[in-house]
Amino acid sequence: MPAEVNKGVAPSSKPKFWNDPDKRALLFQVLMILTVLGFFAYIISNALYNLEKRGITTGFAFLEQSAGFEILLTLLPYDATYSFGRTFLVGLLNTLLVSSLGVILATILGFVMGIARLSQNWLVNKVAAAYIEIFRNIPLLLQILFWYVAVLQPLPLPRASIEIGSAFLNNRGLYLPWPVLESGFSLVMIALAVAICAVVWLLRWNHKRQDATGQRFPVFWTSLALLMGLPLLTFLLAGSPMSWDEPLLKGFNFQGGATIIPELMALLIALSVYTGTFIAEIVRSGILAVSHGQTEAASALGLSKAKTLRLIVVPQAMRVIIPPLTSQYLNLIKNSSLATAIGYPDLVSVFMGTTLNQTGQAIEIIFMTMAVYLSINLIVSLLMNLYNKRVSLVER
Amino acid sequence: MNKITSLTVASAVAIGLATGAQAASTLESVKSKGFVQCGVSTGLPGFSNPDEKGNWQGMDVDICRAVAAATLGDASKVKYIPLTAKERFTALQSGEIDLLSRNTTWTQTRDTTLGLNFAGVSYYDGQGFMVSKNLGIKNALELDGAAVCIQSGTTTELNLSDYFREHKMSFSPVVFDTSDQTVRGFETGRCDMLTSDQSQLYALRIKLSDPSSAIVLPEVISKEPLGPVVRQGDDQWFNIVKWSLNAMINAEELGLTSANIDKMKMASNPNIARFVGLDGPKGSGMDLNDDWAYQIVKQVGNYGEAFERNVGAGSPLNIARGVNALWNKGGFMYAPPMR
Amino acid sequence: MIINDHKLPDLPPPNSASGVIGWLRVNLFSTPFYSVLTLVVGYLLWATLIPAFQWVFIDSDWVGDSRDACSSGGACWVFISVRLEQFIYGFYPEAEYWRVNILFAMLALLVGALIYEATPNRGWIAAFSLSVFPLIAFFLLYGGSFGLAVVETHKWGGLSLTLVLALVGIVASLPIGIFLALGRRSEMTVVRSFCTVFIEMWRGVPLITILFMASVMLPLFVPEEIDFDKLLRALIGITLFQSAYMAEVIRGGLQAIPKGQYEAADALGLSYWKKMGLIVLPQALKIMIPGIVNTFIALFKDTSLVLIIGLFDLLAIVQAALSDPKWLGYSIEGYAFVAFVFWIFCFSMSRYSQHLERKLHTGQGAR
Repeated sequence: MPAEVNKGVAPSSKPKFWNDPDKRALLFQVLMILTVLGFFAYIISNALYNLEKRGITTGFAFLEQSAGFEILLTLLPYDATYSFGRTFLVGLLNTLLVSSLGVILATILGFVMGIARLSQNWLVNKVAAAYIEIFRNIPLLLQILFWYVAVLQPLPLPRASIEIGSAFLNNRGLYLPWPVLESGFSLVMIALAVAICAVVWLLRWNHKRQDATGQRFPVFWTSLALLMGLPLLTFLLAGSPMSWDEPLLKGFNFQGGATIIPELMALLIALSVYTGTFIAEIVRSGILAVSHGQTEAASALGLSKAKTLRLIVVPQAMRVIIPPLTSQYLNLIKNSSLATAIGYPDLVSVFMGTTLNQTGQAIEIIFMTMAVYLSINLIVSLLMNLYNKRVSLVER
Repeated sequence: MNKITSLTVASAVAIGLATGAQAASTLESVKSKGFVQCGVSTGLPGFSNPDEKGNWQGMDVDICRAVAAATLGDASKVKYIPLTAKERFTALQSGEIDLLSRNTTWTQTRDTTLGLNFAGVSYYDGQGFMVSKNLGIKNALELDGAAVCIQSGTTTELNLSDYFREHKMSFSPVVFDTSDQTVRGFETGRCDMLTSDQSQLYALRIKLSDPSSAIVLPEVISKEPLGPVVRQGDDQWFNIVKWSLNAMINAEELGLTSANIDKMKMASNPNIARFVGLDGPKGSGMDLNDDWAYQIVKQVGNYGEAFERNVGAGSPLNIARGVNALWNKGGFMYAPPMR
Repeated sequence: MIINDHKLPDLPPPNSASGVIGWLRVNLFSTPFYSVLTLVVGYLLWATLIPAFQWVFIDSDWVGDSRDACSSGGACWVFISVRLEQFIYGFYPEAEYWRVNILFAMLALLVGALIYEATPNRGWIAAFSLSVFPLIAFFLLYGGSFGLAVVETHKWGGLSLTLVLALVGIVASLPIGIFLALGRRSEMTVVRSFCTVFIEMWRGVPLITILFMASVMLPLFVPEEIDFDKLLRALIGITLFQSAYMAEVIRGGLQAIPKGQYEAADALGLSYWKKMGLIVLPQALKIMIPGIVNTFIALFKDTSLVLIIGLFDLLAIVQAALSDPKWLGYSIEGYAFVAFVFWIFCFSMSRYSQHLERKLHTGQGAR
């Protein structure tokens, strides 16, 4: 860096102002700040002028007004008498719902396909390759529309539903029986919490013991038994405090039970199938990135195949997998905004769509929507960087 | 308060950059561009719909054409900008279009808080319901629990929830962006009924593969006066649009049609003489040519002609004039005199 | 004691390890688990692919001009063939199709010349494609000079619009991306933070909100007399979005250049711009090409989002055709067609980028 060199040498004659990199940099940065400020001032003044001239009211007062429209899917109590602020929350939660389900499904699909891609079974390998190459190269929006318009809409009407056990599938969605919790069920939840605590303690204890004595305890099976057995036992002892609410065809639609609307289904399938292809490639290259020497060294140490995989390959592969995996998750969350194309009531559709149209507050609403996505992004990136710092190799 | 401060600061900093924004009037900009930018729907038979060759047709389109005929003397000088219900107001506010003629309901909120002006009523409508015939429903009150297809960002969305709440019924809304998707949803059975303005229901029904499989219920649950919309703050342009519409209605009352206006012009009726600009206020008040109203009728036709051609007996929609007949024939259509 | 001086002849491998059976044993039935897997997957493929193949090829209708021609019960490709011109050219006036065709031909020629490695002066051709060609394309498509009739942008549509969006997005975002990437690696705090914030902001929000912002809010931010075309607004949104992604690709390329190169340039006394322009960027750009192609693929797929703001790209125009009452019920054909077109483009590009990556790897390994 020339700047530092200059300091050390102490030039005999004072250099010209524009030849001093430090001063030049300072001038350049000041100019840049002024330009950016000027630019913002320019567009803000334009916007204010335009808004005022066109008589558009500004501000966030509209969030208090009552919305007056219904929403198809709400996780919060909501009806038309609630405010526009509430529609924002409802939309946000719907976005989070489809994103989190999508992340889970895409991860499962991606890992299965990524491992299948490395399989020695020729057929499985090729099927996985075909899946990746086909779905990765087709626009997501097209896939969403395809699932919705070409697959789910032609399903039979409610009266001719497809029966799957006590669940029903028709073009209004998938109707599932849903557990209704009765008074004693809180005991089961307490038992579950106790089991989780016990498992955490068990893991730490086992770790310490192994460090001290080298002996291992069959943690996996014990934990599983604890997690499954304790709540189940409580459930039975409390007299099975739960019943099923089954969907029944009443009037136009099925009533009761839980409904997965076709908009959610289409979006979920498309998002996980599309993102799954990228995750599969990430998983594959992550596993391939672990050098052969590592597995050879592990077997030289006498580790079993399963232990090699669990203790040597996976931790190293995860280091390669996690950063791109996180960015795929971010992409999935952002892509969930395509919901608006098929009318799934996510943030963009409910808030940037209907609310914007009913209130006309374009600037406020678009900024709020962008801020939400930015914050989700920042939070996830922050977590990713923390994790990355923890696992990354310390080099020279 | 805060706004004013930031405005002052902003303008102080931007003083070197901001060119003094001198707005040309809409009429001037239309004349210099040589066409009227008119916001229409993305496809609604009878109101604004492109035919197979891409030519726009419909009631709303005829209003765009009338404004072009009045301002530029040529009804074909229109650039149609198809807009979804969501986009329409921002497109007008932002100046992308000069005139919004897109089956838009006149409401207090829209008129007073969005910076818009409604230039009159071109069609008196009301919200209705369309259901599949084989449901055997005769009355909207039997619709408790139904799934309803609606187009997003419309007043129908609000009316519907009011109506169901008032009658203590429930429904699940299935909201789509475009009317095409709404019809598809109805056709495939995603919803039991489709709600929209009655005129649109007829228009949408002919988009079904079997139009006779659906019926429009008799209930009308709201008032939906539809009309052209302009930006606030340009009174001259507001007047031009308002009087273009009035001229069409007056022409029908005077018996002037595109076919007979050349002949009728010669008659000695003083009303007609004022209409065609041989006498009376002419066009100077709006900076238009004196024969502006003549051009509208000659090139576009009167209100009745537009109605019959686009939505009435001469169209597949086959809607009766009803309340949209002239005031002296039992309807609401009443235009102030041109004198 | 027997000593055999003769080398025994090589025996062929046992039957079970060679030939078809051997291949099957190794690749499909190596363990019981794999055998079951093979059978299950094989059955599923059989059950889905055969009917799909029949639907697409055997039972399908290819010729005709109305839906009456579709009577075989399979796919109705007539729906596509009847409207193919609209799907490619949008609402572009029929008499002017030749202008679009010339562009397609030029594009194909340039891409061919750039991909073929023995083409002389590839650098100049690349420079031409990035600077002069877009101008030619604009004048050809829009017209208004050289005696060509003006074709308003709202008449553009279909595949040609998709290509316009994607190509403009990539060409315009490249220089912006370079500056952003350099800025993000700059030693000047202010410059670095501005660039970082800019990049992360655009990367943090969905393209659809950006498109919506560009189509709704942009006109509020500029003085009234400036009038943006709807297409231009979408292009601005896409370019800003794309340049943030491009900047990250370029930053990756810059980081891959060994520090010694920077230091050597400094030691020679080169100025910042000379160092970047003559030493670092030429090396970096070369290794960035696969990354650029990959972002281009992503952009190409993302152009379909303009459907939501009402531009008629390939997907949107097919979607609109699907609701024609005369052609109801052929949505699978329509979507399959669009998917096929996108797939061809994206798949070949991704193959090309993989090929380049492999080449780069071997190149570096040999050094």
